[in-house]
Amino acid sequence: MTVVFDGIASGLLLFLISVGLSVTLGLMNFVNLAHGSFAMLGGYICVILLNRHGMPFLAALPIVTLASALAGVVLERTLYRRLYGASHLDQVLFSIGLVFMSISTAHYFFGAQQQPLQLPPMLSGQFNLPGVDIGVYRLFLIVVGLSIAVALQWMITSTRFGAQLRAAVDNPRAARGLGIDVDRVFVLTFALGSALAGLGGALGVEMLGLDPEFPVKYIVYFLIVVAVGGSGNIKGSLYASLIIGICDVAGKYYVPQIGAFVIYAVMVVTLIFRPQGLFGRSAAK
Amino acid sequence: MRHLKKSIVAAAFTLAASLPALAADPIKIGLVLPMTGPFAAYGKQIEHGVKLYLATKGDTFGGRKVELIVKDDAPGTAGDVSKRLAQELVIKDKVDILAGFGLTPSAFAVAPVATEAKKPMVVMNAATSAVTTKSNYLVRTSMTLPQITAPIATWASKNGIKKVFTLVADYGPGHDAEGQFKKTFTAAGGEIVGEVRAPVKNPDFAPFLQKIKDTKPDAVFIFLPPGAETIAFMKGFTERGLTAAGIRLIATGDLPDEDILEAIGDAALGLITSFHYSEAHKSPENKAYTEAYYKAYPKDRPNFMSMGGYDGMHLIAEVLKKTGGNADAEKFVEAAKGMKWTSPRGPISIDPVTRDIVQTIYIRKVERVAGKLQNVEFDQVNEFKDPGKQ
Repeated sequence: MTVVFDGIASGLLLFLISVGLSVTLGLMNFVNLAHGSFAMLGGYICVILLNRHGMPFLAALPIVTLASALAGVVLERTLYRRLYGASHLDQVLFSIGLVFMSISTAHYFFGAQQQPLQLPPMLSGQFNLPGVDIGVYRLFLIVVGLSIAVALQWMITSTRFGAQLRAAVDNPRAARGLGIDVDRVFVLTFALGSALAGLGGALGVEMLGLDPEFPVKYIVYFLIVVAVGGSGNIKGSLYASLIIGICDVAGKYYVPQIGAFVIYAVMVVTLIFRPQGLFGRSAAK
Repeated sequence: MRHLKKSIVAAAFTLAASLPALAADPIKIGLVLPMTGPFAAYGKQIEHGVKLYLATKGDTFGGRKVELIVKDDAPGTAGDVSKRLAQELVIKDKVDILAGFGLTPSAFAVAPVATEAKKPMVVMNAATSAVTTKSNYLVRTSMTLPQITAPIATWASKNGIKKVFTLVADYGPGHDAEGQFKKTFTAAGGEIVGEVRAPVKNPDFAPFLQKIKDTKPDAVFIFLPPGAETIAFMKGFTERGLTAAGIRLIATGDLPDEDILEAIGDAALGLITSFHYSEAHKSPENKAYTEAYYKAYPKDRPNFMSMGGYDGMHLIAEVLKKTGGNADAEKFVEAAKGMKWTSPRGPISIDPVTRDIVQTIYIRKVERVAGKLQNVEFDQVNEFKDPGKQ
């Protein structure tokens, strides 16, 4: 049972750090490899607020989210918007360039060492139910992850903004013709993606650590989640994260010799049978 | 004819004039270090040690002024990059000595360059046992992995630990540490009840920790790359209640390295390790060293890597003093063999046979001292040679 619980928690951590990418890559169709840089930004802001200003962890999270969103808006207005129409290769080259710049910047300001993060006592430790040991922070991740998934899914499928966004991505010209302010929709969505990345980064520091290499270290995980889940929807990312998390933990627990390979096997098998991902829309657009 | 004579005389004069000047030529030391990329912290610390030595002990070795040339061989694990940079240093910059080397692949790749160019090579970190066998001009001032692993196995078997679970990162140094620990621990009568090789990049240790908890060993021996993985493991270890279950955690001392100790936080308390340097080492030499370090680099903490750089420079300084500033590889290595001194880490010497370092290995425990997490030494093995070469 504990293995399943840990798997779910591990999966939701994956979901939290990748969901921002599902938004920018999945919804806006922009290959934003610099996603990890926004996550790192969130992590550093969180660590600074906690360690230098003595702010409580939970109070720091909304600030982190807002600050990352703001950074997202600034970069979107100045840089990203120029590449919406560009080919995917250009987007990849551009965002990978941003990644290297962000690594050097973080290196310059914070140094190469790992940043310390001390959780409040109410979020650390473990309590025992019959048959299962529950880590408090893991439980917290599960709650936050699920709330975000539900809220996002609702926003995209059931709100006016969600409809505008889908319209704006699928056919910007027609959307503009219908009076949708495509620019504004994109800015807001990009800000949302960055905010989620920042939040995921801040929540991930405790388990993933934080140093300037963060954006490249975990890029594989972000991409696996989005690839397996299929672009264009949040539900896919959530299920993909859960499957990967549980397989990863169970694999490492029962067959540690090949444990590390399990998530790649899951990815390969999924992509052979469903090249567009679990819940992806078909490639024809 | 007269013209020719004149030029010969002139040439002779120039030559004669250049001879005494040779001794006063600067001594060029080429440092090959990972200054950016994932191992940037290694390069930074080693460079700190090197520069601190020059700043505190003077920058003239054997009458020659030291000139440093630093080359960034990021990521530090790509031997061909390190090799190319070392060749550049030898051919273009005409360095007299090659030094630095954060990681084993870098030292392995440069050793043949040192042999061919007949340049002394001073290894300031790379810790695989076999490094010193790769060139006859190579001397090491850091440590070797078996050297820091064997003492903790001996200590464990003497202190009531009978069953050990080993968890190492799945890469060369991890396999070496696992092998050495098993060898020493089982020879002393201990039992290995489980072993796991975790992927090098492993964000979640939950399954391994749970496995360990269910196996119920007396202690867990870990070897992970210092950094995110170590932090994640240690935090999980406490969170999952393994400490409370009476399982002890033992490791090599590079895990609770001063650089990342605060990032692990209180989860590191009680961790027992064997290692050659601790910031908390009690000696007048270390007191002077750490004070100077904090004055020069108030934002960082002195650790074993800066120590390797510092002692590397000390070795070069003493050797050049002995040879009168002559950095010829044969003479350099002859002078270095058997050299003994008291470093801030304790008494150390260069093995005349293997050119590797011989030093005291301390058993330490993580405690909070004056508000700071420190590795406090409580036991030691004197003049410990690298067991990997026996």
